[in-house]
Amino acid sequence: MAEKVVMNMITQRAIEEGQAMEKGKTTPEYFQACSIVEMNPDDMKRLGIWKNTNVRVTSEVGSVIVKAIEPTQFCPPGLAHIRQGVWANQIVPPRTQSTGTPQYSGFPVTIEPAINEKVKSALELVQGSVGLWKGGN
Amino acid sequence: MAEFLIKNGFVIDPTQKINGDIADIAIKDDKIVEKAGPGAKIIDAKGKVVMAGGVDVHAHVAGPKVNIGRTMRPEDKLFKSPHAQENYRMEMGFSIPSTFKTGYDYARMGYAFVMEAAMPPLHSPHVHEEIHDTPIIDEGALPVFANNWFVMEYLKNGEIENSAAYCAWLLSATKGYGIKLVNPGGTAAWAWGLNCLTIHDPVPYYDITPAEIITGLIKTNEYLGLPHSVHIHQNSLGVPGNYAVTLESLKLAEGVKARNKFNRDQVMHSTHIQFHSYGGDSWGNFESKAKDVMDYVNSHKNITVDLGCVTLDETTTMTADGPFEHHLNHLNHLKWANTDVELETAAGVVPYVYDKDIKVCGIQWAIGLELALYAKDPSRTFITTDHPNAGPFTRYPRVIKWLMSKNAREETLNTFKHCSKVVDATDIQSIDSEMSLYNIAEMTRSGPAKALGLSHMYGGLGSGLDANVAVFDLNINDMPDDPQKIEDAFLRASWFIKSGQIVVKDGEITNHGNKRTVWVNAKVKENPQVTRDIHDKFLKNYTVGIDNYSVRDYLAPNPYVINVDVEA
Amino acid sequence: MPKLITQVGCPYCGASCDDIEVLVSDDGKKILETRNACVIGNEIFHHVSNPDRPKRPRQRQTDGTMKEISYDEAIDFTAKTLIKAKKPLIYGFGSTNCEGMSAVARVAEKAGAVLDNCASICHGPSFLAIFDNGYPSCTLGEVKNRADVVIFWGCNPMHAHPRHTSRYSIFPRGFFTNKGQMQRTVISVDPRETDTAKLADIHLMIRQGHDYDLFDAFRTVLRGYDIPAEVAGIKKEQILEAAEKMKKARFVMIFFGMGCTHTDGRNHNIDAAISLTRDLNSITKASIMAMRGHYNIAGPGQVWSWQFGFPYCIDLSKGTHAHMNPGETSSIDLAMRDEVDCFVNVGTDAGAHFPIEAVKHLKKHPFITVDPNICMASEIADLHIPVRVVGVEEPGVVYRMDNVPIQFKKVIDGPEGVPSDEELFDRIYIRMCELTETEPLWIHVKEHAKASSSQVE
Repeated sequence: MAEKVVMNMITQRAIEEGQAMEKGKTTPEYFQACSIVEMNPDDMKRLGIWKNTNVRVTSEVGSVIVKAIEPTQFCPPGLAHIRQGVWANQIVPPRTQSTGTPQYSGFPVTIEPAINEKVKSALELVQGSVGLWKGGN
Repeated sequence: MAEFLIKNGFVIDPTQKINGDIADIAIKDDKIVEKAGPGAKIIDAKGKVVMAGGVDVHAHVAGPKVNIGRTMRPEDKLFKSPHAQENYRMEMGFSIPSTFKTGYDYARMGYAFVMEAAMPPLHSPHVHEEIHDTPIIDEGALPVFANNWFVMEYLKNGEIENSAAYCAWLLSATKGYGIKLVNPGGTAAWAWGLNCLTIHDPVPYYDITPAEIITGLIKTNEYLGLPHSVHIHQNSLGVPGNYAVTLESLKLAEGVKARNKFNRDQVMHSTHIQFHSYGGDSWGNFESKAKDVMDYVNSHKNITVDLGCVTLDETTTMTADGPFEHHLNHLNHLKWANTDVELETAAGVVPYVYDKDIKVCGIQWAIGLELALYAKDPSRTFITTDHPNAGPFTRYPRVIKWLMSKNAREETLNTFKHCSKVVDATDIQSIDSEMSLYNIAEMTRSGPAKALGLSHMYGGLGSGLDANVAVFDLNINDMPDDPQKIEDAFLRASWFIKSGQIVVKDGEITNHGNKRTVWVNAKVKENPQVTRDIHDKFLKNYTVGIDNYSVRDYLAPNPYVINVDVEA
Repeated sequence: MPKLITQVGCPYCGASCDDIEVLVSDDGKKILETRNACVIGNEIFHHVSNPDRPKRPRQRQTDGTMKEISYDEAIDFTAKTLIKAKKPLIYGFGSTNCEGMSAVARVAEKAGAVLDNCASICHGPSFLAIFDNGYPSCTLGEVKNRADVVIFWGCNPMHAHPRHTSRYSIFPRGFFTNKGQMQRTVISVDPRETDTAKLADIHLMIRQGHDYDLFDAFRTVLRGYDIPAEVAGIKKEQILEAAEKMKKARFVMIFFGMGCTHTDGRNHNIDAAISLTRDLNSITKASIMAMRGHYNIAGPGQVWSWQFGFPYCIDLSKGTHAHMNPGETSSIDLAMRDEVDCFVNVGTDAGAHFPIEAVKHLKKHPFITVDPNICMASEIADLHIPVRVVGVEEPGVVYRMDNVPIQFKKVIDGPEGVPSDEELFDRIYIRMCELTETEPLWIHVKEHAKASSSQVE
């Protein structure tokens, strides 16, 4: 069992995310659809966590707390997926290889258990990052 | 609107057989009139040539293939907007200019009307969106028919009446102008990666030949009595030895008489004939067959042609002849775009460099000019570059220079690396004739207007015609020794009045004018079978709903509709 | 009697389905029911009547709260902000019509702005590849009527384009494919076993980020050369099997998505995909298509190409001519280099979909969001201007992922006083002209008519 695992992260679309986004990014549905990381049960085992445990995902640019779930679509060991959206973009590297397009997929992250940490709302993450968040923590 | 009197110019108007007489042209509102009132604004054209607004019978200026050309060629934009003016929209691009630049540049050259040469029906809203954004000039668009599933099915069964009902429906659905044929059958074959290189190759699955499609659409066109004849890009474009296919296709018009109320005489317009006048059987022995082709055209009055002159530029080829572009891309290995359009057509786009130091390009250049110089009747032979295929439309003045000056031709020819090979493969050096301003007016004004069935609006300076008048800085009695001055004069008109408004002065745009979209509404009697067929194919084979297919009126906000009542 | 409106276009994904049926209340104000739409499309049609939807512009106050202001005030603020900025960035356009894009283009030209669209962070690399290698493609009806081998590479239509497979690519019975799915071999290339991969006859579970290798392996095999025993995590036998299917096909269709453009290689992956398509055309018929994300995200590429010659990343700040150089003039790079001093977000949500680092940079300067809904970009903006929902309350031309223009309808009236994107930006343009004492440029009579009839308030 490791304290943290290094994984390859991709952030892509999902129909749940699409539907929730159209309902509204401040809705519980959007929170539920996007504040998660999908990872193979083997990787969870390596990390010593159960499914539905909060984890901290850290990339070269930042970190985010999300809930680890078993893949809704099979992910091989070593590959992690956060659905595109607010939580994913806390850690997506803005580097573009001079193409204009950020590294939304295929960047290294470390994942560690964060059982006692809270998953922040979309609004708290985005407003918080630009100094506008007025709610509590 | 106002009154104008264009005074003391050398008027050249083949529609009235006026050749350089000093006369005044009066304008009231948007028409040319006999006499102007005392308050008319005077435009001094003394020492200058006065012609009607130009009419371009064939150019690719709007729509999906033009736009994929723009999209995929950022390099076409670099340092190539010499005339851009402050306080007007940006002007971008050379061989495939932005819509704004297209409108401005045509106006600067004194052109009033331009026909978009190939509109894929499914993409017609796109074509009209671009036409909408092209300022000043009036435009029409020719939908393509010759690889359309409906047309092939009806013609295979010899059902001219059904073919006509479908064509009439499609013209009105797309706000189109006339019947365009591009590589009949060949483009349909291209949907499976194949082609029809002669007019007797059967189209895969449809079991009809290009010859039958051509004949059937000529009949359809005359049955409907449309303003324009069928407008055909023949099979086997750009292939050495293709002149035989060309002559064979032209023969399909023999004996057919034009039936229309628009003063049109021809039943077939064969476009960019330069690309179809090739001899030899390989690029090695490639040679001109301009004389053979023009001999035939000269002796058959029910045919008109346009040239498709190669201008020796880096340009962008684009055509609904999908298999040709695939073939071209195997010749030059540059980037290649293709769009196959469900049930209707296809298109390809490949950049091309007509390098004066490549023998074949030099021969192509010569063929374009020879065709014009061999023409016995310039009013059936129109100046085009098949813009942008053989060169951009902004080179028309250069083509005019070459046609009007043997010296200019010699000068260009002498810069060729393979000058002697070009001379051997063509007649260009032995042709001494030089065309007159009157001939130029026939080839760019009166001729194309008549062929399009638009001689009641464009192409002349007679009273009652639209007030489109261009003034060029050329003295007919004292033409410049330097032929370059002819090109310069035609590139930027001294004055251009379009629909009764001054839109160009001293070569600069002064006004966004009042552009129109010209389209043809042919009314046929109700045809339940065709209606059912249309609904059936939309249900089963198209991926767009029939409700959302026909171009909505607001996309062509300033239409000029030509109604044709078909008496069956 | 409620009224059923048919052949309605759906303003969600790039499949731009136009077969939606919408049941509208008697007074034409409320949507009661939708048919044929996927769950996401259905959500959009119903969401317009959400009572929380903003109906007036809101401006951020010094204490951080938002206060409603009039459209005139919002237009004045936007015009002044754009004039004052040295290099504003106007970005978005995933969700508006071409009429709106055209109106914004004129504003951008006037403002000397950088004009960019969502392709910048999605299929921008595909444009780069198209600049280099072209785009041998077709309309979706060709796929439906002819394709017998369909490849989904780095795309997952079952999630991102829910009706794509049923309308165009896998299931429909077309003219030459009258057995539908039975007649098609479906190949999925994806590092995950996605719901699309599950539908496939062959799933090549590629090692993530190694797309170029695998494209190249296919090209190598098709040209008759040998390849290593394993490429990109795929066994040689599997590659040979898939290559054989392509060779024997009558019509090969390659769809590709973000799996290729968002990862290492970017445009080079697409370049290889296009080259593979070109190669296949020497053997059989083949076509390729980008799975564009939004219903009209192909639109700005079209409109701006005919207006400026470039599809995206258009720097108009030079005044005399447009300049495009992705990497330099692309939104994310401009943001990260702090090169723009005003951000206008139109019909998208940069707040949610840009990497947060880029959002932080943009937020240092005036930040204006134009969008019908509350979203992350509206909730951090200095000014949020709501507009009508295209496809529901506003008609217009949209370009489907295959660049086919579809004329969307409107099914109900928008909230009173709320303008369309087009009306809003035309009014911003007029205001900019007033402020700079210049003559507005109208290309067309239509716009004269529109300008006089657009005074909603």
